[in-house]
Amino acid sequence: MTGTGTHDVLAAQAHGFLSPTGVEIVFLLVGVVTLGAAIVTVTTRQLVHAALWLVVALGGIAVEYLLLTAEFIAWVQVLIYVGSVVVLLLFGLMLTKAPIGRSPDADSANRPAALAVAVAAAAALVWVVADAFRTTWIDLRGAPQGTTKVSGEILFRHWVLPFEALSVLLLAALVGAIVLSRRTERENTERKNGAR
Amino acid sequence: MSTTTTAVLVPLLPFLGAVGGLLLGRRAPGFVRPLAVLPTLAAAVLAVATAWQQGGGRPVDAATRLTPTGSVPIDLALHLDGFAVLVAVLVGVVATCVQLYSTAYLRDDPRYPSYAALVSLFTAAMLLVVYSGDLMVLLVGWEIMGICSYFLVGHYWETEAARTASLKAFLVTKLGDVPFLIGILALAADAGTFRINGILTAAVSGHLAHPTLIALLLLAGVAGKSAQFPLHTWLPDAMAGPTPVSALIHAATMVAAGVYFVARLLPVFTASTAALVVLAVMAAVTMTGSALAALAQDDIKRVLAYSTVGQLGYMTGALAVGNRSAAVFHLISHGAFKALLFLGAGVIIHAAGTNSLGAMARTGGLAKRIPDAFWTMTVALLALAAIPPFSGFFSKEAVLGAAEHAAGGHAPGIPAAAGWTVLIAGLLTALLTAGYATRLWLMAFRGTGPEAADHGREPLAMNGVLWILFVPTAALGLAAWKLPHWFDGRPLTPTLTTSLLSTGCALAGAAVTYAAWRRTSVLTARTPLGAVAADPDAAPAVSEAEAIASHTLAYGHIASAPDPGDPGRLLLGPLHRHAATGFHLDAVYSALFVRPVRAAARLAAFLDREVVETYVRGAGSAPRLLGTAVRRAQTGNVQTYLGALLAGSVVLAVAAVLVATGA
Amino acid sequence: MHLVYPAVLAVLLFCTGVYGVLARRNAILVLMSVELMLNAVNLNLVAFDVWLRDTLHAGQALTLFTIAIAAAEIGIGLAIVLQVHRNRGTADIDRLRDLREPDGAGPQQPADHDEKAEAAA
Repeated sequence: MTGTGTHDVLAAQAHGFLSPTGVEIVFLLVGVVTLGAAIVTVTTRQLVHAALWLVVALGGIAVEYLLLTAEFIAWVQVLIYVGSVVVLLLFGLMLTKAPIGRSPDADSANRPAALAVAVAAAAALVWVVADAFRTTWIDLRGAPQGTTKVSGEILFRHWVLPFEALSVLLLAALVGAIVLSRRTERENTERKNGAR
Repeated sequence: MSTTTTAVLVPLLPFLGAVGGLLLGRRAPGFVRPLAVLPTLAAAVLAVATAWQQGGGRPVDAATRLTPTGSVPIDLALHLDGFAVLVAVLVGVVATCVQLYSTAYLRDDPRYPSYAALVSLFTAAMLLVVYSGDLMVLLVGWEIMGICSYFLVGHYWETEAARTASLKAFLVTKLGDVPFLIGILALAADAGTFRINGILTAAVSGHLAHPTLIALLLLAGVAGKSAQFPLHTWLPDAMAGPTPVSALIHAATMVAAGVYFVARLLPVFTASTAALVVLAVMAAVTMTGSALAALAQDDIKRVLAYSTVGQLGYMTGALAVGNRSAAVFHLISHGAFKALLFLGAGVIIHAAGTNSLGAMARTGGLAKRIPDAFWTMTVALLALAAIPPFSGFFSKEAVLGAAEHAAGGHAPGIPAAAGWTVLIAGLLTALLTAGYATRLWLMAFRGTGPEAADHGREPLAMNGVLWILFVPTAALGLAAWKLPHWFDGRPLTPTLTTSLLSTGCALAGAAVTYAAWRRTSVLTARTPLGAVAADPDAAPAVSEAEAIASHTLAYGHIASAPDPGDPGRLLLGPLHRHAATGFHLDAVYSALFVRPVRAAARLAAFLDREVVETYVRGAGSAPRLLGTAVRRAQTGNVQTYLGALLAGSVVLAVAAVLVATGA
Repeated sequence: MHLVYPAVLAVLLFCTGVYGVLARRNAILVLMSVELMLNAVNLNLVAFDVWLRDTLHAGQALTLFTIAIAAAEIGIGLAIVLQVHRNRGTADIDRLRDLREPDGAGPQQPADHDEKAEAAA
C-alpha cells in the first residue's frame, strides 16, 4: 500500500537522512524560496509569469508540509493547487485576454497604501508570533502524523459529516460556476447584433 | 317638585338642549328648532316656578361636595334668594324670546343648528351663574359664556368685521378674567371657602385680609364682562354678530353677569371704601362717555350697544352707592326693554335693508311698513329715556334715589363722594340718553325720501316676541312697590326730587335733540347717502350680514357716516369725531397693548429664526459636512475599502495586544 | 523544529497575499493572492496540528476542507470574473466602480445598458 511505504520513507527521513537540525535548515531554505516566489507572484508585471511563480510558491508550501510530516496534505496540495487551480487561473487569464508580456498597469493606484498595510500587518504579526512562540519546539520524532492512513482514519471516522457536507458544497459550486459562465441565447443574439 | 329640584332643572334643560342640538343638528334638521326652543321655554317656566316657590322668602341653599380638594373645597351649591330667582326669570324669558325670534330671523342659515345650540349653552351657563352658590362653579358658567360669546359674535365669520370683533370680545373679556380669577382665589384664600355664603359672612365680620386688593381684582373681571370703562370697547364691535345674539348676550344677560356678580358679593366691595370710589368713578365715566359715543354712532345697533354700556354704568353706579336692590331692579327692567330694542332693531334692519341711521333717515314710511316694531320700540325708547310711567323710569329712579341717599350721607359706610359722582353723572347721562333715544327714533322712523322696499309682513315669531317683551317694558315699573319684599327690603319707589330732576333732564335732552333734528333734517334731503341691501325673499339675517359687511365700504367707517343731516353731529360739534370712534380708546389700546405684543412677537420670531434656528441648522449642516467628507471616501474601488478595513484591523489588533500585555 | 519558522513563514506569506489583493488590478491576480493567503493559513494549521499532536488531527482535516473550499472558490471566482469580463470588457477591479458616490472623483462607467443586461441574465 502506498501509504505504508511512504510512511517508512518519511520515518527514515525524519530520523536518519535529515537530522532535526537538517530539517530546520531545509525548512528555512525552502521557506525563503517560497516567500521569494510569492513576492514575485504579487509584484511581477507579466501576468502569466505570476501564475507560474505561484506554482513555485505553492510547491514550496507542499514541501514544507512534507517536512512537517503532513504527507497526505502535501500530495493533496500538489494535486489540487498546482495541478488544477493554477491551470484554472491560466485558463482565466487566457479567456480574459490578459496581455502576454509586461503590462505597465498591473498594479493599481493604491499600491503604496497596500504596501503600508501589508508591512504594518506583517510587522505586528511577526512581533506577536515571535514573541509568543519564542521558546516552542515541534517534536517531529516518533510516528509521522500526517500519513495517508492516519488522515484517512481521522477523516472518515471523526470528520465524516463535514466531509459529506463539503461534497455538497463542491457540487453547488460546480453548478454555480456552470450557470455563471454559460451564455444565454438572448446574450448571444445581442452579441451578434452588436458592433463587434 | 321641591324648589331645589326645580332650580337644578333650570340650567340643566338648556344644557341638554344644547348637547342634543349639537349632536342631532346635522342628522335630524327637523329636531333642531324644537330642541332649541322647548328646553329654553321649559327652563323659563321652571324659573318662574322656582321664583314662585321661593317667593322672596328665606334664601334656599343646597350643596353637594364635588370633590375634596385638600385645601379649599369646591361645592356644587345652589343659592336661591330673591335676586337669583328674579334674574333667572329674566334670563329664561329673554332667552326664550331670542330663540323664538331666531327661528324666523335665521331661518335659512346653514349654521342655524350650531347657532341655536350655542345660544342654549349660553343660556345654561348664565343660569348656572345666577343660581350658583359657589364661586368656582360660577366661574365655570362665566367662562362658558365667554367662549359662547366668541362663537356667536363670529357667526358671520365670512365678514372681516365679525372675525375681528369675535376675537376682540374674547381677548378683552379675558384681559379682565385673569385678574378676576386671581381675585377669586385670593378671596377664597382669605375666607377659606368658595361658598358665597361663607365669603359674605367673612366679609361682614371683617375677616378679609385684603378687601381693597380683592375688590379691585374682581372689578377688572366685572369691567370686562359688563363692558365698563376701560374694558367696554368689545361691546360695540360685538354688534357684528346677529341681532338676536346682541339682544341676548350683549344686552340682557352676559353683560348683566358682571353686575349680578357684584350685587351678589356686595359686602366684599363695601368692605373697601377705595373700591367703592373706583366703582363710582368707573360707572360715571362709563355712563357719560358711552352716552356721548351713542350720540355719534351711525349703526343703529352700535347706538344700542353704547346705550347698553351706559345703562350698565347706572347699575354699577347703584352698586357703588351700596344699593344692590336698585342695581338688580334696573338690570331686570333694562334687560327687558333692551332686548326689545335689539330685536326691534333687527326688524328695522330687515325692513330698511341697512343698519345705517343715515340711510334710514332717507327712507320714508318705515314706520308704516313695520307697525309692530314701531310701537313697541317707541315705548322701549321711552323706557330707555326714563320717561314715566314706563319701567325704565322707575328703575332709574331707584338708582338715582340711592345715589342721592348716599350723597346726603345717609348710607352708612358709603363715601358721600361716590354718591355725588353717581348722582351728577346719572343726571347728565339721563339728559344724553334722552337725546340719543330721540335721535334714534327720529332718524329711524321719521325719515323722508323714497319709500322703503316692501319686504312683506315680518314673521309672526319676530313680531310676537316684540309684543311679549312689550309687557314688562311698559309695566315693570309697577313692581317697584312689590320688589323690596324680594330684595333687601329697601324702598325702590321714586322720590320726588330725583324724579323731577331726571325727568326734567330727559325732557330737555329730547327737546334739544328734536330742535336740532328740525334744523338738520333739511340737509338730509339734499345729501344723498346710503347703501341698501334688499333681499325680500331671504331670511332677515341675510340683510343684516350684508349691511355689516358693506358699512365700512359704503360709509368709510364701521361706526360713523359722513351725514350732515345727523342731529348728533350738530349737538356734539367738534366732539363728534372723537365720540364716533369711542374717544379713540381703541387707538390707545393699540398703542398700549397691541403694538407691544406685536413687537414682542416679532422679537420672538426673530429670536426663533435667527438664534434658535441657527443651532438647528448647525445641527443639520455639521452632519452634512461630515457626510460630504465621508462621501469622498466612497470611490467605488473595492481595494481601497479593503485596504482601509485591514489597516483598521491591524490598528485594533495592535491596540488589543498592547492593552492585553499591559504596555 | 522551532515553531516560529512555520508561523513566521505563514505570516509573511499571508501579508504578501494581502499586498497582492490590495495592489493588483487584474481580478485573476487578486484571486492568486487570495490563494497565497489561504495557503498561509493552511501552513499554520498543519504546523500547529503537528506541534499539538492532536489525536483528532483537527488541523489537518480543516486544511483539507480549506483546500476543497479554495478549489470551489476559485471556480466560482473565475466564473464571475469571466462574466464580468464578458459584460464589461475588462477584468480590472479598480474600473468596476458602479457603487461609488455619483458626484465623487473618477470616470463614470458608461455601462448602464450592460448592467441591465446583466441583471436580466
